[in-house]
Amino acid sequence: MMLFGLIAAVNGPSYHVGTLMHMGPGFMPTALGVVLIVLGILIAGTAAAGAPDTDAEENILPPHPQWFAWLCILAGPFLFIVFGSIGGMAPATFACVFVSALGDRTSSWKSALVLAASVTFFGVVLFHYVLQIPMPVLEWRL
Amino acid sequence: METALTDLWYGFTVAVEPHNLMYCFLGVLIGNMVGVLPGMGPLATISILLPLTFSIKPVGAILMLAGIFYGSQYGGAICSILLNLPCHPPHAVTCLDGFPMTKKGKGGVALGITVIGSFIGASWGITEMMFLAPLLVTVALKFGPAEVCSLMLLGLLAGSTLARGSPLKGVAMTVLGLIFGIVGSDLETGTERLTFGFPELSDGIELVALALGLFGIGEFMNSVNQASPINTTYSNVKLKDMRPSWAELKWAFPAMIRGTIVGSLCSLIPGTGPTIASFAAYATEKKFSKNPERFGFGELRGVASPEASTHSSVQGDFIPTMSMGIPGDAVMALMLGALMIQGIVPGPQLIKEHPDIFWGLIASFWIGNILLVILNVPLIGIWVKMLMIPYRYLYPSALFFVCIGVYAANNDMFQVGEVIAIGILGYALLRLGFQPAPILLGFVLGPRFEENFRRAMLISRGDLLTFIEKPISAFFLVLCVILIGAQFYVRVRGWKRKKAVENVDQPVSAHRLRQAE
Repeated sequence: MMLFGLIAAVNGPSYHVGTLMHMGPGFMPTALGVVLIVLGILIAGTAAAGAPDTDAEENILPPHPQWFAWLCILAGPFLFIVFGSIGGMAPATFACVFVSALGDRTSSWKSALVLAASVTFFGVVLFHYVLQIPMPVLEWRL
Repeated sequence: METALTDLWYGFTVAVEPHNLMYCFLGVLIGNMVGVLPGMGPLATISILLPLTFSIKPVGAILMLAGIFYGSQYGGAICSILLNLPCHPPHAVTCLDGFPMTKKGKGGVALGITVIGSFIGASWGITEMMFLAPLLVTVALKFGPAEVCSLMLLGLLAGSTLARGSPLKGVAMTVLGLIFGIVGSDLETGTERLTFGFPELSDGIELVALALGLFGIGEFMNSVNQASPINTTYSNVKLKDMRPSWAELKWAFPAMIRGTIVGSLCSLIPGTGPTIASFAAYATEKKFSKNPERFGFGELRGVASPEASTHSSVQGDFIPTMSMGIPGDAVMALMLGALMIQGIVPGPQLIKEHPDIFWGLIASFWIGNILLVILNVPLIGIWVKMLMIPYRYLYPSALFFVCIGVYAANNDMFQVGEVIAIGILGYALLRLGFQPAPILLGFVLGPRFEENFRRAMLISRGDLLTFIEKPISAFFLVLCVILIGAQFYVRVRGWKRKKAVENVDQPVSAHRLRQAE
């Protein structure tokens, strides 16, 4: 819970963007940054005082952390960027779906493969041919 | 009255144009589908489909997105009644009596009543919008920057404190959203703010990226490998089971009416969306009932009232959004964002400048709701089948839609990176008990808030007192104070009672607020 103070502190730099009073561009960020810091202190305060926060989970990690699954989910879009910028839509889609599908405990290599292939097929048809999104299907560019 | 009917007629001519009709149909169909699917909310769906609507004309786009929203409300009920899974928060209450009914073999009747109740609730909500929204506009058109500013403040405060979770955290999230809204070039001077040296950020954070990061990736991370095995023993519902008997209908009807009224009241307070409406309706129904001990064991009225209430407030939510440009919750904020992307300025001038959007939307509500009734009755078997789609197929595909959607918004890979970063942040916040929805609210309203604030300051030559001196603005500010005071009061009382159930508390505070007004 105290972590929130940190979040507010991270937003603190909005401070230095400009302390031009009289409605310069820096006014809003500064004001909001201050408000957020105050709120952060308040929240940390109520948490420390043991206020009955009924729905707050005091632990940032759930009871069963799913590191592998999280990694897979985050790797999906990341690979989409990588393959998307060097290989085009088809490999990007395939990589994204395949890797993220591996994150689920119940799925196997095979099911992920099938899923990735079918999503790639429908994705390319839908987005490239029907909706005409300007992204090459397959190319090699470094 | 007369004008409203002619305008409505005009709206129908817009809404029945073949392509608009098609988008409306697509919207409610997709909405209904994702409503049924556990683990996919309307927020995620709307944000995924948002980029696809860029190429559509504004009217079609907004009809479709709105259709997804209210369509998903119909679908969510199926999930909670048959599976006892509160897929979507507004329907959590429906589980209480809906699932016991299913266990008794009365699941079909519960669904049938839900469809009827929803339709009644929605009809009232739309009628309300037809007459109330133009009325509000005539008032809102007189507002200067100071009034708009105070009104937005009220909207933001209400949206963040009345939603789920701790009000303090809600406000903090709204402020965070406002800060996100600042990122990019300054409106007046062009100074780069909070971009941390990324030239890609100078256009600001992309709305789609923010929404998908928070409600797409964040949610997937939250629910992966967490799904409990779905209990489908009771979910065998046939069409003929759905028709309630005359006696049952007669029994449920007053509850629907009460639910509708509660829902429409809730929708008028900014920030109290369908979730609070449904909880409030259930509480009211229990209080009105002669034998409240039957609630929780398959009381038909316990299903009818919250469902009617949800739908009446879903439609009512559009009133402040469309007439004043103040969204009440995250979904409405997304709608406004969609309009803005289409180059339409939300606010009181919207109805006058774009009557096709406003009246077309209202007409499409009628069409969409009738479509939903038609869709839900015979297709119930298909919806039930859809419940069986395992999550392991669902989320990777959805993830792909997230990627391609964000990319397509600007044809820019950088924004896919934005999504990842925001997703991680969103998940961390979720774990810490912060609701991400107010972030979106703040994000959408932020730039307009700043603009109006600056204008008000310019007019008054930097005198903050202008907000208090103008009577309308002062009135809104007083409401803000009452709101905070009420929250504080409820908190302190809850402190004393220690274990006051929060979900019951909040509708109570909403009621108190109404009385205070």
